Amino acid sequence: MSNPNYSQANIGAGRRSFLKRSLSLSLLTASGLSAGSLFAAPATQNRFLLVFLRGGYDAANLLVPYNSSFYYESRPTIAIAKPDAKNMQSAITLDGSWGLHPALRESIAPLYVRKEALFMPFTGTDDLSRSHFETQDSIESGQSGAKNRDFSSGFMNRLTQVISGAQPISFTDALPTIFKGNTNVANVSLKGVGKPPFDDRQSAILAGMYAGHPLEDSVREGLDLRQEVGREVEQEMQAANRGAISPKGFELEARRMARLMRERYQLGFVDVGGWDTHVNEGGASGALAGNLDNLGRGLSAYAQEMGTMWKQTVVVVISEFGRTFRENGTRGTDHGHGSVFWVLGGAINGGRIVGEQTGVDQASLFQNRDFPVLNDYRAVLGGLFQRMYGLSADEIQTVFPGTKARDYGLV
Amino acid sequence: MRWLNRITYGIDGATVAEYQTLGRKGFLEKQLRGSEDGMPAAVSATLAHLDMINLPLSQSLQDIDLANKHINTLPTEDDKQQARKQLNDQAGIAVYETNKRHLLRALYSPAQLKEQMVWFWDNHFSVFQGKANLRWSVADYEEHAIRPHALGNFRDLLMATLKHPAMLMYLDNAQSAGGKINENYARELLELHTLGVNGGYSQQDVQELARILTGVGVDTQPTSPKLKPEWQALYLRDGAFEFNPARHDFGDKQFLGQSITGQGWGEVEQAIDLIVKQPATAHFISNKLALYFVSDDPPPALVDRMAKAFQHSNGDISAVLRTMFSSKEFTASLGSKFKDPMHYVVSAMRLAYNGKTVTNLKPVNNWLNSLGEPLYGRLTPDGYGMRQRDWASSGQMSKRFEIARAIGGGSAGLFDSDDGSPPVAFGFPMLSNRLFYETVDNVMSVPVKLALDKAASQAEWNAYLLASPDFMYR
Repeated sequence: MSNPNYSQANIGAGRRSFLKRSLSLSLLTASGLSAGSLFAAPATQNRFLLVFLRGGYDAANLLVPYNSSFYYESRPTIAIAKPDAKNMQSAITLDGSWGLHPALRESIAPLYVRKEALFMPFTGTDDLSRSHFETQDSIESGQSGAKNRDFSSGFMNRLTQVISGAQPISFTDALPTIFKGNTNVANVSLKGVGKPPFDDRQSAILAGMYAGHPLEDSVREGLDLRQEVGREVEQEMQAANRGAISPKGFELEARRMARLMRERYQLGFVDVGGWDTHVNEGGASGALAGNLDNLGRGLSAYAQEMGTMWKQTVVVVISEFGRTFRENGTRGTDHGHGSVFWVLGGAINGGRIVGEQTGVDQASLFQNRDFPVLNDYRAVLGGLFQRMYGLSADEIQTVFPGTKARDYGLV
Repeated sequence: MRWLNRITYGIDGATVAEYQTLGRKGFLEKQLRGSEDGMPAAVSATLAHLDMINLPLSQSLQDIDLANKHINTLPTEDDKQQARKQLNDQAGIAVYETNKRHLLRALYSPAQLKEQMVWFWDNHFSVFQGKANLRWSVADYEEHAIRPHALGNFRDLLMATLKHPAMLMYLDNAQSAGGKINENYARELLELHTLGVNGGYSQQDVQELARILTGVGVDTQPTSPKLKPEWQALYLRDGAFEFNPARHDFGDKQFLGQSITGQGWGEVEQAIDLIVKQPATAHFISNKLALYFVSDDPPPALVDRMAKAFQHSNGDISAVLRTMFSSKEFTASLGSKFKDPMHYVVSAMRLAYNGKTVTNLKPVNNWLNSLGEPLYGRLTPDGYGMRQRDWASSGQMSKRFEIARAIGGGSAGLFDSDDGSPPVAFGFPMLSNRLFYETVDNVMSVPVKLALDKAASQAEWNAYLLASPDFMYR
């Protein structure tokens, strides 16, 4: 907590408001607003984490249209039961039409009640290839419709270019398309990492070889980050040896992510795989339920670990596409179109289902198979970035060429 | 030594010895011919026994077709899943064998320039093994479309990729037919393979080329389709490649300012002639070669001379390379090109293990994966980037240090069998050897020498050498 912005954030943390970048701390003081009455850190201190569910998760079982008889007809073995207080395996009521998958009862449902979570059904991209890699690629590049596509540029890299001073980090082995581009982005994988590969003496010797070299900063940052993560792994091991329950799977990764983003990085990206449920998807329990449980626990742990910074944090969960509305012949679902995006954060306008919607029946299906896309992901994220960082229309064009941002009032 | 480090994947003892025998000129000419004289017998023997990928492609594609049909007739879901898993595992083996062949050649073939050019063209005409049946076809694509032309004629190379099922499936031309056109391949052929994005073609040209390419596709059946008599003479077949007149748009076309009369396959030949003769193609290819071999910002004067050599020789790739390698710009650039992950990993292994044949390539695949440059793994058709900024992120640098430690420490399992039998003991390599003192030592920078002096063991010494800034450049 050495950064003074953090203590300012504490003072005004009760207020559900994000400041635009133009309202710097000094301006606020000059205009006579007391730091105690507003959320007063510069907007570049806001945290944004994008979670990409690779494989196309089955959004229709995350957000259950429990009033739709068509839903229950279409999914004879994998549907989630209507909300029922006596049945813990039933959907959790979110509003008059939508229920939440019961695997998220202890993790995401409480966030929704605290208005720290919202969902956007019928959201996604105009890409119709239904191919994992083509759709992931087009989402990450964010240039659909742009005349000359730059293959080596992703929208989160362009976002770092328009928010000055924001430190980006990718929690992945290699740099994903979304972070490719002109800005140098740190990357470190937090899953399956071991103890530090080098001790302090060795690290110093390695860094020493690069003294005065153009790669010096990159090398130091990489070594520091790797050593830091390695030390955390050691501490976690020691804690486990003392009998503490050690988190598993995505929760472990998410806690490490939160500690890095709380202290040093403002823009983060992580991907989570395993959502391509063509076969034996399961319903209230089974493959998808297990994945959602793992994801939900991780996101909830992330929120907790961010501490007071959670009020300045927005997490968006996306996937390349939704899946076929109807169950297939192997008790799973195939590649579809419209998805459901999740937005989480300590100061968002949550506890709602947001965006354009339509009824859930056969007539409203896209090509008689999938959820349609009524909310373009670039308009959604563009609108969010505008609110979080006070970006101009030109800056939005840099991030998402050819897109008009739409303000859904997410934060 | 810097010259040798650039012409090859990086020095090893055999390369240095050959260079000393042939001299610079003789060595370069042998490299430009792509002569594989002197391939280690152990490597040749391994390559001859990659059973999955040594089958003809048309045969494997037919087999997969049959297997899939068979799976659909299986009585229970469990049987189907098990059979699918088996097929999937076999595809995994095919991919491993393809990787293994590529890496063994890169590591040990005396035709070091040719091996780099195979990688270069694999990357230029990039296909992604994860799409459709490509896990089965990348081996054949590399072996029969890319490799024979890697140092040969550009038109032949382009045509070989155009006729290969891997490319036709990857960029969807196999699905393109008259009235149901898919422009994907036509666009990338112009933008990424030949003219370049600002190469002076229009959206109209893309559409017209897509029409010309209708019917250029893949047939995985053993027998050709039944066609009307007047189309039978126009049908072409070569392995799994076909030109099917029934799917072709026979209207006349306007392409790159020329009229092309609807006639079938002849249109494709005409269009490719036109494309290859464009100065923009000569320039685009020359620039990319210079980007790979000379500099992140290729000197325009050099690229112009290379483009002239391209045009004068009708697209002779070795003539363009000769112009580049004998230029003063090339000499001036030695030691300043940041290694991409493939160059980094291969050069480190060549120096460290100096000809001792690796048996288990899985660690190498993992390293390339974790550095973000797996073989046949580029999702998008543009291929991997070739500049320092594409590969020098903080995470990638520290990953290189870990790989340097693994290679230098001898603990990576490279000399284990790759069939799951128990590991064999292998100590760390002695990198501070005669090869090092005769070649590398005298070009090492002072901070690196200081670091090496602080090493507490030979394994640590190896790691510092391979992690040094000097070793990151070629």
